[in-house]
This record gives sequence, structure tokens and C-alpha cells, in this order.
Amino acid sequence: MSSLAIDVVGISKQYRIGQMHSAIDTLRDHVMHGLRTLRTRSAPRETIWALDDVSFQVAEGEVLGIIGRNGAGKTTLLRLLSRITEPTRGYADVTGRVGSLLEVGTGFHAELSGRENIFLNGAILGMRRSEIVRKFDEIVEFSGVEQFLDTPVKRYSSGMFVRLAFSVAAHLEPEILIVDEVLAVGDAEFQKRCLGKMESYGQSGRTVLFVSHSMPTIARLCPRLLLLDRGRLVEDGPAEHVIGRYLHGDIGTSARREWHDRETAPGDDWARLRSARVVDANGVTSDVVDVTEPVGIEIAFDLLRRETVFPWIDLLDEGGTLVFSALDTNPVWSEPREPGRYVATAWIPEHLLNEGTLHVTVSVKSMLLGAKPWRHAEVEAALTFQVVERDEPTARGYFTGRIGGPVRPLLRWTEEAAGAEGGTPLVARGQSD
Amino acid sequence: MSIADALGGAPAARRTIRLERTGRRLPLSVRDLRELLAYHELLFFLVWRDVKVKYKQTALGVLWAVLVPFTQMLIFTLVFNRALHVKSEYHVPYPLFVYTAMLPWTYFTSCLSASSTSIVGNQNLITKVFFPRLIIPLAAVVAPVLDFLLAFSVLFGLFIYYGRAPHWHAVVIPAFLGMALLTAFGVGLWLSALNVRYRDVPFVVPYLVMMWFFATPIVYGVTAVKSSTQGLLALNPMAGVIDGFRWAVLGRGLPHYHVYAVSFAIALAIMLSGLWYFRRVERYFADLI
Repeated sequence: MSSLAIDVVGISKQYRIGQMHSAIDTLRDHVMHGLRTLRTRSAPRETIWALDDVSFQVAEGEVLGIIGRNGAGKTTLLRLLSRITEPTRGYADVTGRVGSLLEVGTGFHAELSGRENIFLNGAILGMRRSEIVRKFDEIVEFSGVEQFLDTPVKRYSSGMFVRLAFSVAAHLEPEILIVDEVLAVGDAEFQKRCLGKMESYGQSGRTVLFVSHSMPTIARLCPRLLLLDRGRLVEDGPAEHVIGRYLHGDIGTSARREWHDRETAPGDDWARLRSARVVDANGVTSDVVDVTEPVGIEIAFDLLRRETVFPWIDLLDEGGTLVFSALDTNPVWSEPREPGRYVATAWIPEHLLNEGTLHVTVSVKSMLLGAKPWRHAEVEAALTFQVVERDEPTARGYFTGRIGGPVRPLLRWTEEAAGAEGGTPLVARGQSD
Repeated sequence: MSIADALGGAPAARRTIRLERTGRRLPLSVRDLRELLAYHELLFFLVWRDVKVKYKQTALGVLWAVLVPFTQMLIFTLVFNRALHVKSEYHVPYPLFVYTAMLPWTYFTSCLSASSTSIVGNQNLITKVFFPRLIIPLAAVVAPVLDFLLAFSVLFGLFIYYGRAPHWHAVVIPAFLGMALLTAFGVGLWLSALNVRYRDVPFVVPYLVMMWFFATPIVYGVTAVKSSTQGLLALNPMAGVIDGFRWAVLGRGLPHYHVYAVSFAIALAIMLSGLWYFRRVERYFADLI
């Protein structure tokens, strides 16, 4: 008798680029594709290994966390273990009934009532009817939507919807639970209950696989972590150690770019970019930074002619939306400068950026044309780094849900003592300065 | 292995499942069948969902299930019987003759349109949860049975209107409904799986249905066709279904056993080939959708 719940051996998953988004959609595309491949003989297929030779074992009753940057292969791994897709190579032996929560509210139907959706969703998640009937009251109570049980869920607020959906999921009792970041929902009070539920899962001897970007949550729930990077398993060990490697490690090189040859370096006859990197407070290249630490964007460029130029950065979020642009306002850049190498670093203060992936466009510009800056050298999305949250306190406070927006500043909040005489103002009083 | 184990009931002996790339395999092994059985409740809930949702927010509701075959009966009687002088068979009035054919035919076409888009329409399930994928096209051919039963009840009214009594032949009605389900499931397996890769399928289905309509003895009868070509007609499994259904419901005339036999064999062949294709490509569903 082995006590292994999951035994993963050399598992790999290959995707054709564009396959995820159905590159070949209609019959016509397929025919055209076929003709093209006929003409060019062997058309090289662009492929990507979403998972590459990953092996690990999970003992029965173990709570294992998986971390890594976006695109590291975390979700692919969970999809493979949930039997949603098949590995290209390797195999995994899974012992026990698997329940996976890759999304909250899978299969909810907007037209059906809350009561009906509890049954439907429960069945989809693999619960048996008798099991749902038995836990029905518990599910309803956990969700707190009793009054709306017979209302179609399309009339629910998004908060109510998520609470109901999570409540069904939380009452799933498989032997192996696979969870993908679904805790990032609901309000703070509900979050706390969910976390409690997750903790009790771990203590009840169930095997749990858990993916999250939230370091405090994952450190609290999982004694052991796996770190994935570009489909490879790079670290497997105690949580503290793996988180440390993730935050300060050398994984990935997207935080540094260098252009060794001045002739081919990006730029024109005035300026050429030579390097750019993301650095932490100590000046060490780092592609993962904590919310509580400042982050520097260092730009090195060669000025080829005497000219008035200035370094410039644009920060973009994952979706390519501009978060902000900034230029070096130091007065030295207002005068023409002598040819030579210049290195400038822009410091983004701590507690400004939100969690997530950010891309940095670096450029060297001048005001030659007046209002519109002249771009001498520019590299779009030259750098990529990740902002994560590990230490408290942050602007998150005790809230554990998802906080949207490109920035997440730590603001100073004040509170007025509300009068006890019943004249509580509905609006805070104006500043008295 | 007891049934309780197969249904995942008793937590007794835990089975280890190996997840790996599937090589050559049977279209449906004993293990697959057992797994399908273990998910019979999900099938029930998906059918229940489809039935519940189908007539939500419609003014006429389930009346549509009756209205569609009934109005078609009126139109076909006017066009084919009155205008074009197509004769009815089995010694019954033409409206009754055509309505009995409309029942399995309406069921069949609802199945085709539902099952062809079933996999793509349930992509949120396919990409997030595991369950035997066969359940989805299966649910798509089970749900329309309810509409069939509703439309069937109108038949009693027609029987009374024309002063007829049901015949003992009626006991074999379920067999012909089963054959219609088999055919619809087989074609549905092909269409639903093809639709994952080629989204042309929803455009093809209306033409398929229209051509199939004329190749099937609905507005005409089997005996209207030369006996030498009856064998050819039977290659269309719906010909056997509808002719047999008529014989069972109307209780007149002689059964065309050779037609039923050929149609059943073809229906089975379509189902098995559909099963083979579906099982071959189902592992790509989550990646392709």
C-alpha cells in the first residue's frame, strides 16, 4: 500500500501556438492551411511546452501549494491533474476521488433559481444528489442568500452569486481537492470563512493542491510549495524557502535587457539604448518585487551627439493599458549634454503598484519638435516584472479579496468622531484648515 | 466490483487512475462504461437543466412542442395532399398520416440542432471540470424526448377526431423511438465533435435537415416508392424509424421488416462510427474550444 495521493512522472504538455485560441476554426481555414503546408512542404509548427518534464509526489493528506509567474504552467498542471486535458508525455497516477475548483460557479445557469443551481452545480462538481440534499441547508446557510433561493441567479448581485457558488464548492468533499485561486472572491468576512474552510480541509486529512498569487495566503495554508517557471519545476520544498527563491531568485531574465553591439542597439544617430533592468532597493536585478518595497527601472544609453535628451519610461499592465509614464525631471537633462554613457534609474515608491504583471517600455526622448517628444530610442515592453504581496501591512489591510485597478496606494485615512447626540453627519465634515 | 463501488458510493478500495496520453483504445471500454454509469446523475441534471431552460421567458411555453408539428401537419396537408395530390397510406386520412411522421421527425431535428452545438455550448464545463464527455451529446438527445411525449398526446385528440382506436401494434412504439434516439445520437456525436474544430457545422445542419426531410417518407409513404428502390430508401435510418412508427401507431397495413432491419443496421453503424470519432478527438476538446 502506498500512501501517495498523486505521483507525477515526467509530465509534459505541448501546445501549438495559437491552439488555445483556435487558429484553425472553420473548414475553409483548414483547407487553406492544408494548401499552404502542401506548397511549402514542411511548414514548421510553432509549439510551446506549457509543462516540461515535471515530476513530484504528493502524499495522502498533504497540502501542497504551487506558485510561479503568469504562464509558468500552474493552471496547465491543474488542468492535467483534473483530467481536463491530457499530457503530451509522461503520466500521473492519482489515487482517490478528485474534485477540482478551477473556477467559481462552473455551469451555473442564469435562468435557473439559486436552489436549482445548487443542485446543478453540485452535480457538475461531482457531488451525488443524496449528498447535495444532505448538505443543502448547510450550503444555503454558508452562502447567506436564503431569501433569494427561488430567484433566478441572473437577478443576483455579483457578490451574492459568488457567495452561493463558493458555498456549493466549499461543501465538496473529495479525497483530493484541486483549487485554482478561487479564494480571491467575495467580501472580507466571506473570505475569512473560506480561508477557515480551506484550513479545515487541510487538517481533515484531505490532499489539497492549491494555486495562488497571494503569498500570505499560500504560506498560511501550505507547508510545502512547488515553484514553476516556464513549464519547468524549479523548486520543491518548504514554503519559506520557495517563496524566498521566488521573490529574490534568478528565475527569468525578463527583468534585464542588454544590447551589446552599439551599431545594432535600438536608437538613432543621437542616442542608443544599451541596457535596461528592473532593480530592487539594493540595486539587484529582480523580476519579482514586493508591494512594500520600492522598485527601480534603470536605463543605460549612449549619447552620440551633444543634445538635450531625457530618459523616459512607460508602465503598462498585463492588458497593455498604460499605468503611467514618467521622465527624468532632473535639471541636468534640460541642457545639452556631452556624448557618452549615461545611466539613470527611476524609483517607483513602495505601496504604489498593485499586484500583477507589469511591462516597462524604456525610451530616450528629446524635445526637438516642441510639444511632441522626439523618440530617439525606444523598446516597447523591454522589461517585465511582477508585483507580489508577501509581508503585511499593505494597502490591503485585512481584506483578502481581489483589489482591482492599476495602482494600489497606501493612503492615509482619517476618521471623525461621530457625535453621540444623533446628529451623525452623512458626509464627513469638510476639512477645517 | 459492486455497483456501489462503481457509483463511487462506498469509499472502500480506492482506485488509482493513470493520467496519460491515450494511445489506441476501444471506443468504449468496460471502465469507460462504468465511469459513464457513475455519472448518471449528471446526465439527469443536464437533461433537467435543458428542459427547464428551454421554454423560459417564452409566452407560449411548452405549447411550442405541440404547435410546431401541428401547424406543419396543416401546411403539409394543404401543400402535398390538396395541391399536389400526394396520397396517404395505411388507409388513414392524410393529416393523421403526416402527423404520425412529424412526431419522430421533429424529435430527430431537435436532437440534431441541440447536439451539434452541445459541446461548444457547454465549453465552460469542458474546460473546467472532468466528466465523461459523452454525457453532453447524450443529454442533447434525451431532453427532446419530453417534447416528443407532449406532441404525442395530441395524437389521442386526432384519433378521437377521426374516430379511431389505438391498436396493439402500439406496444412497439418505444422500439422505434429508441431507433430514432440511436440515429440522432450517432449523427449528434459526429456533428458535436466536428463542431469543436469546424464551426461550419451550425451552417450545415439546416441544409442537412432539409435534404434529409425529402429523403425520408414523411409527406409520402414507403409504398409510394417502387419496391426495388425501397431497399435504397431504407439506407436512410429515419425511413425505417418513420415507417415503423406509422405502422405501430396506425395499426394498419403490413410491416416492412426489411426496411426496419436495414435502417437499424445503418443507425447502429452511424452510432458506432460516431462513437469512434468522438472518443478519438474528445481529448483535444478542452485545448481546441
